[in-house]
Amino acid sequence: MAVMTMVQAINSALETKLKEDPDVLCYGEDVGVEGGVFRVTENLQKQFGEARVFDSPLAESGIVGTAVGMCIAGLRPVVEIQFCGFVYPAFNQILSHVARMHNRTRGRYRMSMVIRFPYGGGIKAPEHHSESMEALYAHIPGLKVVIPSNPYDAKGLLISAIESDDPVLYLEPKKIYRAIKQDVPDEKFTIPLGQAKVMQEGQDLTLVSYGAMIREAQKAVVMAKKEGYSIELIDLRTISPIDRETLAQSIRKTGRVLSVTEGPKSFGVGAEIISIANEEAFLNLEAPPTRLAGFDTVPPYPRGEGWYFYPPERIFYEIKKLMDF
Amino acid sequence: MFTEYDPLKDTMLQILDCSGNIINPKFMPDLSMAQIKEAYNWMLYARIADIKAVSYQRQGRMYTYPPNLGQEASALGSAMALGKEDWMIPAYRELAAWLYRGVTLKDVYLFWGGHEDGGKFSNAKNIIPPCVPIGSQTLHAVGIAYSLKYKKQNSIALTYIGDGGTSEGDFHEAMNYAGVWRVPLVFVCQNNQYAISTPRNKQTAAKSLAIKAIGYGLKGIQVDGNDFFAVYAAATAAAKEVRSGGMPIFIECITYRQGAHTTSDDPTRYREKEEEEIWLQRDPLKRLKAYLVQKQEWHEEEDRKLQSQYEKEIEEQFAQAERHPYPLKDVFQYMYVETPENLRKQHIEYEKFLNWKETQKWQ
Repeated sequence: MAVMTMVQAINSALETKLKEDPDVLCYGEDVGVEGGVFRVTENLQKQFGEARVFDSPLAESGIVGTAVGMCIAGLRPVVEIQFCGFVYPAFNQILSHVARMHNRTRGRYRMSMVIRFPYGGGIKAPEHHSESMEALYAHIPGLKVVIPSNPYDAKGLLISAIESDDPVLYLEPKKIYRAIKQDVPDEKFTIPLGQAKVMQEGQDLTLVSYGAMIREAQKAVVMAKKEGYSIELIDLRTISPIDRETLAQSIRKTGRVLSVTEGPKSFGVGAEIISIANEEAFLNLEAPPTRLAGFDTVPPYPRGEGWYFYPPERIFYEIKKLMDF
Repeated sequence: MFTEYDPLKDTMLQILDCSGNIINPKFMPDLSMAQIKEAYNWMLYARIADIKAVSYQRQGRMYTYPPNLGQEASALGSAMALGKEDWMIPAYRELAAWLYRGVTLKDVYLFWGGHEDGGKFSNAKNIIPPCVPIGSQTLHAVGIAYSLKYKKQNSIALTYIGDGGTSEGDFHEAMNYAGVWRVPLVFVCQNNQYAISTPRNKQTAAKSLAIKAIGYGLKGIQVDGNDFFAVYAAATAAAKEVRSGGMPIFIECITYRQGAHTTSDDPTRYREKEEEEIWLQRDPLKRLKAYLVQKQEWHEEEDRKLQSQYEKEIEEQFAQAERHPYPLKDVFQYMYVETPENLRKQHIEYEKFLNWKETQKWQ
């Protein structure tokens, strides 16, 4: 057991799998010598050599497209794209091949890859560095989308993702890369994909979130408690496939649901959560299932980002509205 | 060979002329007469299968199909350079290559006949299905070739692309990655002069496609793609070189799509009959047959005999493909290795609807 930040926990997961499985490779822009722009792959090249941990040319479609080939040949590449906003050149490879090759070949070739990239805002970065586009990927059949909210989960989920025979997009909340320290086992452990976690039980309202917004949600839960509200907080952990059952059970119990996500509001993950509330808990509802999300705008440049990435008070405000409904 | 035919010199490797004469004995590949006949047979088989496919489509028994007519030598000559453990990464117009690799015609007909089971290509080793997003397969080839190198296997990969595909970004990324990683990979570009209706000179201002290899540190060569011997010689030399650790090689096969882009296309809208006539004189099967006839190894009678034998085989393969069922569960069961609960539910919901529908009296 060691105290780790999320960056260290992800590094530890990569190290664990690189050590255990010679088919695992890590590459991407600046991943090798530099250890990645956020140092997530630090020291891995030194430890495992240039054939297994290496720099790619600066071309994202190339990173993902070559990983498709490696999967076909039986390897398990874990590739890094530098930012969520830089994935787009690889979009054709992700949508047309990563998500479909298994179906296209009727199971002959498995896309056992992980595509890692930091997402989300709040770090005063230039344009293209603050995006939260998980809903795009969750909409694509054939992919799995995972977002950890703390170091412990980050390690356990990443090991599961690497071991998954289905392709996993693993989005890392860079705002909390180093914000939280936690005890994380040095040895191998896994957290199953597709399972949300009830972080705190409650009776009045189900608050659903993931990634960096979990911290903000937790603060709002404390504020609500002072007002006498008992909030059940759920960390989705896997966006797709979404854990319908855990959400349904909780919403049936509380009768109220609020989702808190960073990406643009319309057609987002929140809409999916509301649909689940309608389909699975309609007769139990006490208030309209509601979503709190980013605006339908691009994330503003740093001087304006305070408007976009709302404070816990905003979550509390929505909780209160639903409780008073 | 790659020095003599350096793309900067703008020359094209040709061995067999249009009348069946060997005009470049220096590079004539070392093939027995039996092997040459076998090659001719494969090309003939592929041609008949291709013509049949178009006719099945016209009868409404197949979906959109991209004819291969005229490109048999480029496909087969390159495929024959591969060993059993090597990999083939197709584009989509290399029928002769797939068949030679072991893909059954049933699978090919099944694939273009609208069934994913066809794309599994299950009878052939180390091959992936055709790739419709143009050029994107070349990156898969680089990844496969990297894996072969990483696992220290003595195998190589060969990927196909068309002239239009060389305008796609993925192609350039693939050439670049292939060079930086120095992977055992041969690119075979079938320059058939048209990307649907767009002619080669509207794809690039470069003098040739082969010349593009140089910018990435690779070797390139232009070959007469309707000359089986030239394609085979270049592909064999390229395979040997990349297998022994040389830089990847890009082969531009100059050929011609005698038919339409697909069964939905009408070439009379964008090219002249006179041009088609010129290319008919250069037809790859005619040329190889002329060679065999000259050597007194072939008679028209054998051709006719083979033709009717192949037609029967091909019809049987098509019949099998036509009978192949598509149950509802196939829509769902391959999207994931581990099917998520949500998807399983969608399947069950639809089954429920079907069962309900059965119980209703429909007017």
